[in-house]
Amino acid sequence: MNPVVVVTLEVNGTRQQVEIEPRTLLADVLREKFSAKGTHLGCEHGVCGACTVLLDGEPVRSCLTLAAQAAGHRVETVESLAEPDGSLNELQGAFQKHHGLQCGFCTPGILMSLTALFRTTQHPSEDQIREFIQGHICRCTGYQQMIEAALDVSEHAGSAR
Amino acid sequence: MKPSVFEYHSPETTEEALGLLGELGADAKVLAGGQSLMPLLNLRLTAPGHLIDINRIPELRESARMNGTLRLGATTRHQDLGRRADIADCCPLLREAAVYIGHPQIRTRGTLGGSLAHADPSAELPAVAVALDATVVVRSVRGERRVSAADFFTYHLTTDLDEDELVVAVDFPVAGPRQGSAFGEVAARFGDFAMVGAAAVIRLGEDGKVEDARIVCSSVAGTPKRVPEAEDVLRGQEAAAVLGEVEGAVARTLDPAPQPKVSAGYKRRTAAVLARRAVESACQSALRRMS
Repeated sequence: MNPVVVVTLEVNGTRQQVEIEPRTLLADVLREKFSAKGTHLGCEHGVCGACTVLLDGEPVRSCLTLAAQAAGHRVETVESLAEPDGSLNELQGAFQKHHGLQCGFCTPGILMSLTALFRTTQHPSEDQIREFIQGHICRCTGYQQMIEAALDVSEHAGSAR
Repeated sequence: MKPSVFEYHSPETTEEALGLLGELGADAKVLAGGQSLMPLLNLRLTAPGHLIDINRIPELRESARMNGTLRLGATTRHQDLGRRADIADCCPLLREAAVYIGHPQIRTRGTLGGSLAHADPSAELPAVAVALDATVVVRSVRGERRVSAADFFTYHLTTDLDEDELVVAVDFPVAGPRQGSAFGEVAARFGDFAMVGAAAVIRLGEDGKVEDARIVCSSVAGTPKRVPEAEDVLRGQEAAAVLGEVEGAVARTLDPAPQPKVSAGYKRRTAAVLARRAVESACQSALRRMS
């Protein structure tokens, strides 16, 4: 019998106790125990960025974080981004408008990284946006449309639209 | 892939962690930021029986400035090196080098102590620690010892640490008023492992001539490589007048092994150019501090 630990995780504002093997990755707990399947696992060794979530508001690779390490910290996934009525939030809407995604596999991770950026910087520059997208691999778009989407949000942040 | 089975320990004090390390020794691995260890676990390139997570130990996150020394706890994150003004004021080189480490998503987790203990020769912080003449503070149940960064790195991914020892902090000398520093590296893509890098720390005299210089190249040997031949060229000179000689001395001295897609010649030439640029930029930053 493999060792098991019981930890309490807070994901998108919901606290839940889970029984897991210590080797369980945060990404797998999110997908399997919290049904947060927007968190995608690409490379599983920290290169592709698809599994990026926010831990206490900071972007982290959930494939390089053990679920047990997240106990006592706040986890946010792409499922938390939509507006309360289920419509897309501003950043998600901008991705749709600018064709910032095609297959969508990498999109949740990129949205989470940009969400972290927009929380600390209301009007990020193109360089700052590129710095945050750098840690993500997208095989479809060529990135340009995501940068345009993020710049659109940056330019209009704080103004009603 | 996923890690193989291990027992997980999450001590809340340094003493507790040292006790576990002393008891478990080679069968345990210390988990700090996890940005190098977790990929190795996921790929099953390593499969320790025990993992000792040191992230819940407050002491290891602390920092303090005392008598010309900045002490940073082992689990100080790369992001802190890049963001915290109190760190950049004492050691501007840490901030300059930290932005080259991986990506923001890596820097939120990765730690100073972890990077040094991992001792990847292409990593930024080992080279910076040697360039700044830092001291690694190492503890075990047997006691504490201080190891200069130059002696800490012994070989590719290998350090002076014994099986029961933990890096608890790193002491950096606070930059003096006539000191300047700079770092540069070349990678296939920004954020990738560096193909080659160089750090320079320069102290100028009142007359603007170089009083002391430390030049360290990364990714050109199994450990960060100091280049005394190039430092000697600079001492007592007006840096701008001998930059070409610095570049030549680095190119002559280094003997890097080729890597896939990176020839030895490319490494040597690029290290020399990066070292020259780092020296030039370090002198300019020293002059700015003096004026």
